[in-house]
Amino acid sequence: MSTATTDAYSADAQGRRKAPAGERVADWADGRLGIYSLAKANMRKIFPDHWSFMLGEVCLYSFLIIILTGVYLTLFFHPSMEETVYHGPYVPMQGMRMSEAFASTLNISFDVRGGLLVRQIHHWAALIFLAGMFVHMMRVFFTGAFRKPREINWLFGFLLFVLGMFTGFTGYSLPDDLLSGTGVRFMEGAILSIPIIGTYISMFLFGGEFPGSDFVPRFFSIHVLLLPGIMLGLVVAHMILVIYHKHTQFPGPGRTNKNVVGMPLMPVYMAKAGGFFFLVFGVIAAISALATINPIWAIGPYRPDQVSTGAQPDWYMGFSEGLIRVMPGWEINFWGHTLVLGVLIPLIIFPTVLAAIAVYPFIESWVTGDKREHHLLDRPRNAPTRTAFGAAWISWYFVLLVGGGNDLWATHFHLSINAITWFVRIGFFVVPVLVFVATRRICMGLQRRDRDKVLHGRESGIIKRLPHGEFVEVHEPLSQEQLHTLTAHEQPEPLELVPEVDENGVERKVGATQKLRVKLSKGFYGEGTQIPKATAEEFQEITSGHGHH
Amino acid sequence: MKKLSARRRHPLAAVVVLLFALAVTGGLYAAFAPADTAKADDTAAQSLAIEEGKKLYSVGCASCHGTGGQGTTDGPSLVGVGASAVDFQVGTGRMPLQQQGAQAPKKKAIYDQAEIDQLAAYIASLGAGPSVPSKDQYSPDGADIAKGGELFRTNCAQCHNFTGKGGALSNGKFAPSLEDVNPKHIYEAMQTGPQNMPSFPDTTMSEKNKKDIIAYLDTVNSSKSQSPGGLELGGLGPVSEGLFAWIFGLGALIVVAIWVAARTAKAKKS
Repeated sequence: MSTATTDAYSADAQGRRKAPAGERVADWADGRLGIYSLAKANMRKIFPDHWSFMLGEVCLYSFLIIILTGVYLTLFFHPSMEETVYHGPYVPMQGMRMSEAFASTLNISFDVRGGLLVRQIHHWAALIFLAGMFVHMMRVFFTGAFRKPREINWLFGFLLFVLGMFTGFTGYSLPDDLLSGTGVRFMEGAILSIPIIGTYISMFLFGGEFPGSDFVPRFFSIHVLLLPGIMLGLVVAHMILVIYHKHTQFPGPGRTNKNVVGMPLMPVYMAKAGGFFFLVFGVIAAISALATINPIWAIGPYRPDQVSTGAQPDWYMGFSEGLIRVMPGWEINFWGHTLVLGVLIPLIIFPTVLAAIAVYPFIESWVTGDKREHHLLDRPRNAPTRTAFGAAWISWYFVLLVGGGNDLWATHFHLSINAITWFVRIGFFVVPVLVFVATRRICMGLQRRDRDKVLHGRESGIIKRLPHGEFVEVHEPLSQEQLHTLTAHEQPEPLELVPEVDENGVERKVGATQKLRVKLSKGFYGEGTQIPKATAEEFQEITSGHGHH
Repeated sequence: MKKLSARRRHPLAAVVVLLFALAVTGGLYAAFAPADTAKADDTAAQSLAIEEGKKLYSVGCASCHGTGGQGTTDGPSLVGVGASAVDFQVGTGRMPLQQQGAQAPKKKAIYDQAEIDQLAAYIASLGAGPSVPSKDQYSPDGADIAKGGELFRTNCAQCHNFTGKGGALSNGKFAPSLEDVNPKHIYEAMQTGPQNMPSFPDTTMSEKNKKDIIAYLDTVNSSKSQSPGGLELGGLGPVSEGLFAWIFGLGALIVVAIWVAARTAKAKKS
């Protein structure tokens, strides 16, 4: 205070300490951006705690890591198919003719400081990003978090998964190595199988006959600009919607459809999420430092006259590989044209597999007629039909993945590749049905178990001998919280067909779609799809204890 | 003793007993197992090699390949396959066959090199065929590794994978892994085309090209080859990478997520 100046501007500051730097910066920014109200509204945003809610964070962080490492890689990568001769340090490639793209990838791997590590982080993070999205999507699916009002966000997430697949595909095709070149050839074959326009699309995409000299620069633009740009926008929209809708939560005491119980974003989740980012980065970096991925130096440059066995795409494209591998090579020839069903049918099934899971939320809400908002999650067992459908879909997907790796299954388990192919052909139709039935039974069993637990308590493991010699196990009653959690879910009734003649004797038409809807709804919620949960009366009767244990 | 008795119901007791029993059995086996079959006499006279080979052949091979090497329904004719084929098949343990199957797998050789040479001499005497290559034919020294890689990807990778890790063929047949295969055997395999493999005689692939391929395999797929990026994961490409990403990548991250979620802040009671 003794150093107070006579400056007119700071006159009113006399006698007061200067505000801390952070506050002044915040003031400065608020005066220009109006962030105060935004921050006030959102900094104390509550998020519920559950490990599975962090799967989306895994995706977000690996996406950021991919962008950061990808930027580094673009500094050294030459997206060109100009031919060059390799003179770098990797001996088995010296003197080889290869494209600039391949040579610069070798250069990144062997000459650029940290290049190989960054390449491996980029690629491992991509695999983990897609795997994370898959599991995140399944978490949302099995807990019913896709229900109103979150259907659009479900679609955003689904689009991110699909775009991630294609960003990955265009990305691993860039080095122009023999493995990815085979994958691009595969894609070209699939495009060619499209009737009438296939050849035109192929010529357009590759700038002439395959492989031409255009696809690497084109894939490069798609991979670094177009698809990530769209994805970034979708990620932002996805997160804005998460904040706007608020996060869903598992049922529990004090948790309703109208509140969110958890911790505030600031400071708890800021610390947690910030720390988690570094943990994700750490795990991915550790894996990238330990394990090699896509060693293009061992794979060699692409030449259309060469091919290797074991040529598979990255895992997220594996189910399309499976579709192609198990499809019989049917074709129809007429008037000098060929319809390559062996490729066309897989090409049609490919989006169908993905769409099956994407449209499910809309089918469910239509079938069940449930248009209410849901912010409380379902435990998977309490929605047996949905859970069974999801499990069946996953099994479908994994059967196809097995098909995509049929050769490795054959060599590593000493099986016949033909037997595996036939297993996948039959399993494609049979396994999902079996899994559907089995999962629904398991869900019902778990519901029965819940009911039993509510009514009779937890098995304590204590054996008591009664005076007349009988041994009984002591059951411990559940706490009030546990009772609530186990009985909080609602058990919807199936739709009923409105009577064809109303109370005034007027006939009314019931459409075929309505009939189908009621039928499906019965399949969802009708007899044999749920175990009635314990009611308060039943609980009262049993716990009042008339000679019961 | 009392101490031991008190701990006999310890949860790890069974494990300890099991480990002890395993160690005892293993030790006893090592002590009493019969020693390896006695080495056959190396000094069989070269002039008698064919005669000796015929004897060995009658015992070990004739049941499938016929008494004169003419072949039966169980085994192909050996007339004209040459010494090289014998050296490969018997030297890698593929012959004599253990059992009929999709393909003869590599196993421990049951004849020593002297016996193999005798067998080879006998088979070579049945009809002209490729002879066993000499060391300077198959030695990878001074060969062009890059050229070998190109040749390998053009001619071999379809079945053996990019760097010779092996691959599946139809109906349980397979192209074996070429890791650490003796250069002589690689040369002989190319020369004679064993089992499902096509043959690459010198007219198709020159001696120099074979050397290049051997040198390439020696560089990228042997115990001394380097993997600059870390663990190779079998060198099998995206399938093993995907499995690794799911189990160790996402798996580890889920473990971390569970750990982070379990450590939540305590709400302050006010």
